[in-house]
Amino acid sequence: MTKGKADQILPGMLNEKERELRNSFLLQIKNIPGGESIKKCIQCGTCTATCPVSYTMDITPREIIALFRAKDIDTILSSRTIWICASCYSCTVRCPQGVKVTDIIYTLKRLAIENEIFPKKFPVYALSNSFVWFVNHLGLSYEPGLLVAYYLRTNPFKLLGMIPLFLKLAKNGRIGFFPRKIKNKKNFSKILKEAEIVENIIPMQES
Amino acid sequence: MNYSYYPGCSLEASAKGYDESVKYVFSKLGHELIEIDDWNCCGATYYMATKETISLVISARNLAIAEKKGLDIIAPCSSCYTILYKTNHILKNNRILREKVNQALRKVGLEYHLNVEVRHPLEVLVNDVGIETIASKAKKSLGGLKIAQYYGCQIVRPERGLDDKDDPQMMDNLCKALGAENVYFPMKTQCCGGMLMTTYPDVGLGLNKKLLECAKENGADIIITTCPLCQINLEAYQNKINKKFKTDIKIPVLFFTQIVGYALGGTPRELGLQRSLIPFDPEKISREELR
Repeated sequence: MTKGKADQILPGMLNEKERELRNSFLLQIKNIPGGESIKKCIQCGTCTATCPVSYTMDITPREIIALFRAKDIDTILSSRTIWICASCYSCTVRCPQGVKVTDIIYTLKRLAIENEIFPKKFPVYALSNSFVWFVNHLGLSYEPGLLVAYYLRTNPFKLLGMIPLFLKLAKNGRIGFFPRKIKNKKNFSKILKEAEIVENIIPMQES
Repeated sequence: MNYSYYPGCSLEASAKGYDESVKYVFSKLGHELIEIDDWNCCGATYYMATKETISLVISARNLAIAEKKGLDIIAPCSSCYTILYKTNHILKNNRILREKVNQALRKVGLEYHLNVEVRHPLEVLVNDVGIETIASKAKKSLGGLKIAQYYGCQIVRPERGLDDKDDPQMMDNLCKALGAENVYFPMKTQCCGGMLMTTYPDVGLGLNKKLLECAKENGADIIITTCPLCQINLEAYQNKINKKFKTDIKIPVLFFTQIVGYALGGTPRELGLQRSLIPFDPEKISREELR
């Protein structure tokens, strides 16, 4: 459809990007057991108060839900907040309304990754991406490889600073020098391939 | 009783001492751990943060393989435990995701029928084996060793009704029954930052400094934990923390099974104690015992 006058954005209307993000967010939130509890948020701020890292966030967990209601998911996704979350679930267990804050933040992380809304050398994305690469190729994670891949992507100089720790761990037999693969890698790849296909299937609305 | 055992990637490398001591403790108590055949990585928080269905599929592959044996799964790594538990919980509650996951698993003749429970060894030791039984089988007393029990986030949260989410007592009671002295440690469930230590070191170092200082101020000889990531964060970065915050912290950080295993008569080598970066000499305990 070409952009005609009728598509102009009027006050209260969503732009196309926001509409898409919103739809995909709402769809994913339904997958979380209890995910729809987001509607019950009373903006009390208990999540922010209990969060051990909220002091370093640019928008607080409470503000995430406020921004979602104000129809501004774009701002949430470009924030540093969703990546600072260490997934400790303090907010989730303390929320008086039962809002699954941590799971909501997971959904937002996935949305940001899908839409590539973050800086290029972004640390958390670099780490997630390296991790996923190792799991896809070995069926297992490989700690030293993961850290090397991560620092090469972000700041190779920091790798030098890690050498003393690597050596100490190696001395105590806590580092494997060669990555191990799972035995039935072929089957694992088959499952992954099919999983990638079903990932993108959007089921019809259940009645 | 037998259990399916899911070691996870960390227990093969940086947390090898955890693997060795879990196996030691369970065999001493007469329970067999049967490793899940050709298990794969649970996907951890990173896969969960990247692709939802795929992360559930790779995690469910382990559940489906374990289901064939019909035993509960024991996952010592707190992160593996949470991810496997969460996958199980989501699949039990969401028919669509369950269908999607099984469609992928069926490609290689697997299918998951929701008949597995995912459990943490701490909870199994306390609930199935029982603290009294463990204490009665102890060969050595912990001799008043001052311990700070650090539970971290993932085993008490999100709520599973296992223990109190702010002031859990499972490890405390276990240590007390084995003769240790529990120090006041109000930060027992505060977050260590997990991978923030790598992605945002300033934030991670700050969180760990608070935890270590709290244990030190309350007179702990050692900290024990249930999680490989908490263990390495607390143990390996003490030098960096001392440099950055001008503190003077040097406190061994062990896995809870290493302490339980020691009480059950394990030698330091059987329990992987020689792998600690900050050496811990269990003989110190025995000497105190003589008093």
